[in-house]
Amino acid sequence: MAILLLAEHDNHSLSEQTAKALSAAHEIDDDIDILVCGYKAQGVATSAARLRGVRTVFLAEADYLEHQLAEAVSATILTFGKAYDTFMAAATANGKNILPRVAAQLDVMQISDIIGIQSKDTFMRPIYAGNAIETVRSKDTKKVITVRSSAFLAMGEGGSAKIETIEPASDPQLTTFLNETREINERPELTSARIIVSGGRAFASQEQFMSLLVPLAKQLNAAIGASRAAVDAGYAPNDWQVGQTGKIVAPELYFALGISGAIQHLAGMSDSKIIIAINKDREAPIMQIADYALEGDIFELIPLLQKALSQ
Amino acid sequence: MKVLVGIKRVVDYNIKIRVKQDQSGVELDNVKMSMNPFDEIALEEAVRQKEAGKIEEIIAVSIGPQAAQETLRTALAMGADRAILIKSDEVNEPLCIAKALKKIVEKEHVNMVFLGKQAIDDDCNQTAQMLAALLNWSQGTFASHLKLESQSAEITREIDGGLQTLSVKLPAVMSVDLRLNEPRYASLPNIMKAKRKPIEEMELAQLGIDTSRRLEVLKVEKPSPRKAGQKVQTVDELVDHLKAAHLL
Repeated sequence: MAILLLAEHDNHSLSEQTAKALSAAHEIDDDIDILVCGYKAQGVATSAARLRGVRTVFLAEADYLEHQLAEAVSATILTFGKAYDTFMAAATANGKNILPRVAAQLDVMQISDIIGIQSKDTFMRPIYAGNAIETVRSKDTKKVITVRSSAFLAMGEGGSAKIETIEPASDPQLTTFLNETREINERPELTSARIIVSGGRAFASQEQFMSLLVPLAKQLNAAIGASRAAVDAGYAPNDWQVGQTGKIVAPELYFALGISGAIQHLAGMSDSKIIIAINKDREAPIMQIADYALEGDIFELIPLLQKALSQ
Repeated sequence: MKVLVGIKRVVDYNIKIRVKQDQSGVELDNVKMSMNPFDEIALEEAVRQKEAGKIEEIIAVSIGPQAAQETLRTALAMGADRAILIKSDEVNEPLCIAKALKKIVEKEHVNMVFLGKQAIDDDCNQTAQMLAALLNWSQGTFASHLKLESQSAEITREIDGGLQTLSVKLPAVMSVDLRLNEPRYASLPNIMKAKRKPIEEMELAQLGIDTSRRLEVLKVEKPSPRKAGQKVQTVDELVDHLKAAHLL
């Protein structure tokens, strides 16, 4: 009985999502190994080994693993991981891409996006964009699980697991990486930020979105989010999107500015501890769920908010 | 090139769902059903590629109750050439759906499968990846751009840090994201024409695959409601509240 947890990383640093998935794993079993698949990712393995409650960190490195393509990573998980009975990853773009491929090859159903653990085989997960919570019991002998990391606290450091290098599976040669464009983001990472300021369609242009939200975010040391409407209108890059089809967040403070609160958006942020909404429309759904709702024009109120915060 | 597009009939995305009193699931009786929005985008992409001369035939396939036939008619009206309905009155899991789709892929000798990245009811985000695994094909998930060649496809994917472009060897499975395209409305003449397009029907039970559920649903509940908040009149009042609660 042991769990193999796939590390979320970019070859340079280990994402905090791994520490959160690790604490979910601890609610299932104590024997947890972490697998790092990548290229020149020694530093990632070192960080993973420092997390509390990790038995061994296994490092599989190859040039064809650099971009963690699903075909190559799942092949390595399957050849290396035969003895494990549970496979886990954070429900990130990578986790979602890779783990179902592992599940199908093991002939088991994946349990996606768990937010709660009742026992070794019983899990809670949101369905219908978070409008219902389903409790499922897995009848499969092996389990493949992705973790909604915003539902778990990050496991702290203080461990000293050993690191072992393993031979990755050979390159399946099904896909080739061509290129990647990453948004340069000086703000804290959206999924782990303590404070998020999020903007919607009411900003009306990319210039206004950036000129109003960025200074406010800087002042609060907050990450910046956006509604789907704002992203689709081109005001914000798509990896800022909070919602069912974007990122799922649960910060301590969530500022929803000029966001109406469509179901698809609420699914991504309604677990925030405190929600603050500023909106012209007092009937907007976001105003009904906000802890503090302020009716008014964002163009007037955001500068006032900045002034009040600096006092 | 011949492609298969997977279509799921789900509760319309505008509907506020209700959880059943006995916690056995979500109320589906007398609720408006539509094509899963991500599947509409997958189909639209196939139709556009056909219009660009890259695809010869589009087969829409759905696994579900007899009523899923209506959803397939919509797919035919949007531009699919023919449809296959695999009848099943149970709720089937992604693993089962992927196995059923594999049977159709093998029977129809398709070069590519287009699927939505997730269904808006079970929110699993699994079927495409599972199908690719079962076929041992390459996968291009969460696609926001597709450039189709004869032997490969260039797929731009939405990833957490931005966008990633892959060259995917065909045959392949692609799952689509919302930004890939804007689906068209079926015109009345096309809806009329769709009535004459064929829908082949078969029973899921006859495909010879394991359809048993692996995840037993113990209960379905409403999420715990947030307690009502308060209205504040001014920015200063808001900041005072936040400071008093030691949040700033």
